[in-house]
Amino acid sequence: MGLSVKQKHLLRVILSWFAGIIMFFPIFWVVLTSFKTELQAISVPPLLFFEPTLENFILVQERSDYFTYAINSVITSFGATLLALLIAVPGAYAMAFWPSRFTKDILLWMLSTKMLPAVGVLMPIYLLVQKAGLLDTRTALVIIFAMINLPIIVWMLFSYFKEVPREILESARMDGATTIEEITRVLLPLTKGGILSTALLSIVLCWNEAFWSINLTASDAGTLTALVASYSSPEGLFWAKLSAVSTLACAPIVVFGWFCQKQLVQGLTFGAVK
Amino acid sequence: MKFFRILPLTMFAMAAGSLSAGELTIATVNNGHMIEMQKLTGNFEEANPGITVNWVTLEEGVLRQRVTTDITTKGGQFDVMTIGMYEAPIWGSRGWLEELTFDASYDVDDILPAMRGGLSSDGKLYAAPFYGESSMIMYRKDLVEAAGMSMPDNPTWGHIQDVAAAITNKDEGVYGVCLRGKPGWGDNMAFITTMANSFGARWFDENWMPQLDSAAWHHTIDFYINLLNNYGPPGSSGNSFNEILALFNEGKCGMWIDATIAASFISDPGQSKVADQVAFAQSPVAVTNRGANWLWAWALAVPAGTKQADDAKKFIEWATSKEYIELVAATNGWGSVPTGTRQSTYDNANFQNAAVFADAELKAILSANPSNSTQDPTPYTGVQFAAIPEFQAIGIAVGQQMSAALAGDISVQEALANAQEAADREMSKAGYY
Repeated sequence: MGLSVKQKHLLRVILSWFAGIIMFFPIFWVVLTSFKTELQAISVPPLLFFEPTLENFILVQERSDYFTYAINSVITSFGATLLALLIAVPGAYAMAFWPSRFTKDILLWMLSTKMLPAVGVLMPIYLLVQKAGLLDTRTALVIIFAMINLPIIVWMLFSYFKEVPREILESARMDGATTIEEITRVLLPLTKGGILSTALLSIVLCWNEAFWSINLTASDAGTLTALVASYSSPEGLFWAKLSAVSTLACAPIVVFGWFCQKQLVQGLTFGAVK
Repeated sequence: MKFFRILPLTMFAMAAGSLSAGELTIATVNNGHMIEMQKLTGNFEEANPGITVNWVTLEEGVLRQRVTTDITTKGGQFDVMTIGMYEAPIWGSRGWLEELTFDASYDVDDILPAMRGGLSSDGKLYAAPFYGESSMIMYRKDLVEAAGMSMPDNPTWGHIQDVAAAITNKDEGVYGVCLRGKPGWGDNMAFITTMANSFGARWFDENWMPQLDSAAWHHTIDFYINLLNNYGPPGSSGNSFNEILALFNEGKCGMWIDATIAASFISDPGQSKVADQVAFAQSPVAVTNRGANWLWAWALAVPAGTKQADDAKKFIEWATSKEYIELVAATNGWGSVPTGTRQSTYDNANFQNAAVFADAELKAILSANPSNSTQDPTPYTGVQFAAIPEFQAIGIAVGQQMSAALAGDISVQEALANAQEAADREMSKAGYY
């Protein structure tokens, strides 16, 4: 006996909630732990109810200049996304509307660069950055973040651009539009939902990037992920403080994502239903 | 198009911000003493106008990797580095660190001889100890007394096993003994090496041949695994310092053999539920008391490539001085001062009153001898490590085998055979034989 439509709907709702709770629980627990003392944080069994304290947040602000790290995160995330889009838009345009017999290979090759673990190229990248005099600068992070997200951005833009009928661009060209005008006045307005969602995804990926930020920065250009990593301690309890700094690091991007979720979903489903 | 003109300028502006003269960048780990030093840096800056200090706090593993990369590529990112007793003599002898010399007021002879020796190479001091530690037994005197047992100051491993059996109460969630099991040359292998030293084992013979398949290593690992399987907490193969600290502070461990620095945490009522019940004894011994307790220091060093060596040395002189210790005491009390570095700290009556662990800690540090830590002769120095560049890789590989054996994934026999093979491969590759 099969399930009725109502039962199927209920099952879907339950499964969705279950998946949502599973994904949200670690974040909830980090936020909860950030309001505990170190002793409460290690309590067995774990405490769900306790007298909350703000001491960890105060301590984090006392010990580290949170806003410097936050500003670095904002600059590197937005800067890298902008730089990547500047490179990816013409690239994706060329591949979507002027494909050659190597286009698919190029796309696959670009994606394959994401399969290499970052640590595999740590030394060459470190030496390049060092020789360029860019160690501990936001410029280095902007360039590297842009490069590591470029394959994904090109792929996404390529998919969105493919949805645009070639005839629209051809008619613009017949009306005398240059290639730059064709892109900026016709293609970009038509795909702005997709571009925006790509940009949002890139910003989130850059914000959460830790490996390069930890390895290439020192006192000036550290981002929030580097700040979070610095709260791990070899000797001494640190869970509550680490949770507090993690909460502070996640908060801006979560709020940002919350405000942009409509555009994000709209963009990601662009062209999904014809 | 305006944007394209602005972009290079913006990027140049972002790149600007490199350190100007008089700015010191110090790489360090996140622990209580180091954080306190950061807070007190203002005193140094006030006393040395023109010098400002920037701190870079890194996770221990990342710190090692970053300072190694910086020093080998002459990156020049750091003017002062926090390094350990393992790195100091190796890097010093290679010319990667500046030799440290101080004037008479610094009183270098006040630094504990074991610390000074461990941070030197060919008689030259390459790093100044900021805080030092050995290892010792920390135990719950209430549990030991309730079980009708006692804890001598220098117990044997056999006695530790008997006490563990008597105080373990798994129904109540109390485990007789908690020991490191998490793989890592500075995690499980630091502890296991001291235990192996005491059981008569050694890492290498006089010809640098690995000795991990010896009978002494077999006895050590058999004993270690049986002890933890019978009287240790579940999941010991994932436990290191912090995990056991959490267990001990929760009242789940009867005995813990680990870094002396733990004593200040477990006897602090703000952190520990059993603070008033802890007592201390020296590390257990088996066939020899050589190398039964380790020796370690977090120390400050100046990389050879820095352009601000003089300012960097000034900072180290300040941070590792007697005056700094007095400054911490005046600010936070004698119970919070960095220990394990200077004899004058232990001679101070205020410190003795504030730190219940002072005597046990000093005794442990003074008894550790990196130059003579095994029953049979060896060509290396170091108690819980062999101070050669290859040890880090070997220690990690061997640590993984020991952890796997503890988890029950492989037998002790297999673990030691694999460990021997890994060590042999590494030493042979490095050209030791």
